[in-house]
Amino acid sequence: MTSRTAEATPPAGTARPSRLLRTRGGVVALAVLTGVVVGTLVLAGTGTNPLTAYAALATGAFGPDNLPDTLSYVLPVLGMATALAIPLRAGMVNLGGEGQLVLGAVGALVTGLFSPLPAPLTVVAALLVGTLAGASYAALAALCDSHLGVPLLVSSLLLSYPAISFASYLVRFPLADPGSSLPQSERLPAGVALPTLGAGQISVGLVAVLAVVAAYTVVDRRTPAGYEVRMTGLGARFASYAGIDRPRLTVRVLAASGGIAGLVGAILVLGFPFRFIDGALISPQYTWIGLMAALLAAAHPVGTAVAAFFFAALTSGAFEMERITQAPRELTAIVQALVIIVLATSTGLLRGKGGPR
Amino acid sequence: MTIDPALFSAALRALTPILFAALAGALCQRAGIFNISLEGTMLVGCFAGVAGSWFTGNPWLGVALAVAASAAFSLVLAVGSVSLGGDAIVISVAMNLLAVGLTAFLLRTVFGAQGSFSDPELRGLDRVRLPLVEEIPLLGPVLSGHSPLVYVSWLAVAVTAVLLYRCRWGLRLRGLGENPAAAASLGVRVTRQRYLVVVAGGGLCGLGGAQLALGNVTLFAENMTAGRGWIAVVAVMLGAAAPVGVFLAALLFGLAEALGFRLQGLGLPQQATDAAPYVVTLIALFVSSRRLRRRDPVEGAVDR
Repeated sequence: MTSRTAEATPPAGTARPSRLLRTRGGVVALAVLTGVVVGTLVLAGTGTNPLTAYAALATGAFGPDNLPDTLSYVLPVLGMATALAIPLRAGMVNLGGEGQLVLGAVGALVTGLFSPLPAPLTVVAALLVGTLAGASYAALAALCDSHLGVPLLVSSLLLSYPAISFASYLVRFPLADPGSSLPQSERLPAGVALPTLGAGQISVGLVAVLAVVAAYTVVDRRTPAGYEVRMTGLGARFASYAGIDRPRLTVRVLAASGGIAGLVGAILVLGFPFRFIDGALISPQYTWIGLMAALLAAAHPVGTAVAAFFFAALTSGAFEMERITQAPRELTAIVQALVIIVLATSTGLLRGKGGPR
Repeated sequence: MTIDPALFSAALRALTPILFAALAGALCQRAGIFNISLEGTMLVGCFAGVAGSWFTGNPWLGVALAVAASAAFSLVLAVGSVSLGGDAIVISVAMNLLAVGLTAFLLRTVFGAQGSFSDPELRGLDRVRLPLVEEIPLLGPVLSGHSPLVYVSWLAVAVTAVLLYRCRWGLRLRGLGENPAAAASLGVRVTRQRYLVVVAGGGLCGLGGAQLALGNVTLFAENMTAGRGWIAVVAVMLGAAAPVGVFLAALLFGLAEALGFRLQGLGLPQQATDAAPYVVTLIALFVSSRRLRRRDPVEGAVDR
């Protein structure tokens, strides 16, 4: 199978963006289909009726009782997917999303705990500080790339860990909740919280994240900045030749990316349970699921949002599937990862290039 | 806090899984593949090691299964990026998530356990006492009394160094990493070499996983690699993908981990020692990039 498919794939670097775009829809369909087929086979293999499982999955994701849960999962995944899509659009990879997310949360937490302003203004200030914290930290990674010769992929990843350690230190020592043995911060003062919608289960933060997605869509399609980003993604050398200042673009793109990640962190702290719990933003893998969604859609703004929503719904619906059929919910993680692997192998996703050049 | 042999002994234990994975990463780097799937590959090794030991009753068969399973898992990267030209970074990111999902799924279907699996009947690797070395004052307690895989990892460093720098095979491999087209024109079989390196690296990650799950502890827990594969990626950078350099880098991380536990006991933040190696690595990269600055700033040296 290996060699046959290898022959079918054109050799080294012949795939052009135009060809990629023409076949992209087909490739995504193929990848998703593969995921569904494998998922069905595994379900059948564990003795579960796949149809029952899929019905439960759908109810779990979109049923009236479960929709709020799904939406509270959509918020961080969609936010992180958008944040990470922006550098991908320019052909750069920001692997430091976790650090930027956590720093945003810490910035908002510190503001919320110590701000002398009245509560509503404190909320606004906390969102701003969170965004700024994420943005400046990501910009630091960009500066390492453009001025200190450490590739962005590496600098963003490396900077992520000290940020996570720093946050962990803060909530374990200076900001620790004295009344609890858990590694968590004190609760934010009453009133320092984002308002909720509907039956009180959906945070206004979701609206903010949707606004960010809308803004990204507009900037991507309608502004010179969006054009520069896309041009750089399609051909970095050509874009430089055409006069795009790459170091400056890198800093701006990363600042936007980290700012959104920081905003997501701030929103999460300003929602239930209104405090920072060590590891609570890392272990659900929001960042990595978001990155996969952005990769699935090749960082296209609307496509990324759809993919993020799809992945979040899948992850959230899996709890109900597990409850009804006993099929482990980890299955959805397997399917998501397989979709990306199939997609990447069938296109040479990011740059549409063949293996060795 | 005292600096005593037990501290260094703990550091050597902590560094072994990182070292195996970092050697795998170094080999891949030398062949021009930026492999960040070490974390997931090692996790697969942890699970396979525990499963193998549990079902056969022999921890060494567990180690063998860990090597086989991780090597097979790394085939995803080999087929996907070497044969089909997919982006190695994208595939690696997905592989890491695949490993987390797959091992958690298998933990529940095979062992019927959730979160973690451990059992008094599960056999780990026995500690080895080195007869003569043990007697040496100070050094003896540090070097003796580890799981056999700890010594295998040191051997692996030596073997990798000899292969890379003293063999024709290693010369070709390094050439391949520096300039694939030139290497291919001189008759190096690029695809075969890269397959070999990725799969051998998978096997090394399997050894690292086995040491983690059967040597350092005797259990499997979801996501138990807990970032060690990423540390290995960083160790490859800090060690400039040279076997001895990678060993020293992994030692730094091992010492930091061991020291962190001590500092925690004294009420000092462990987080400071957790973060220190990353900062050191970043600074080391600044310094080395001044010397090795690439001519072409656009083609950032990510995948070569």
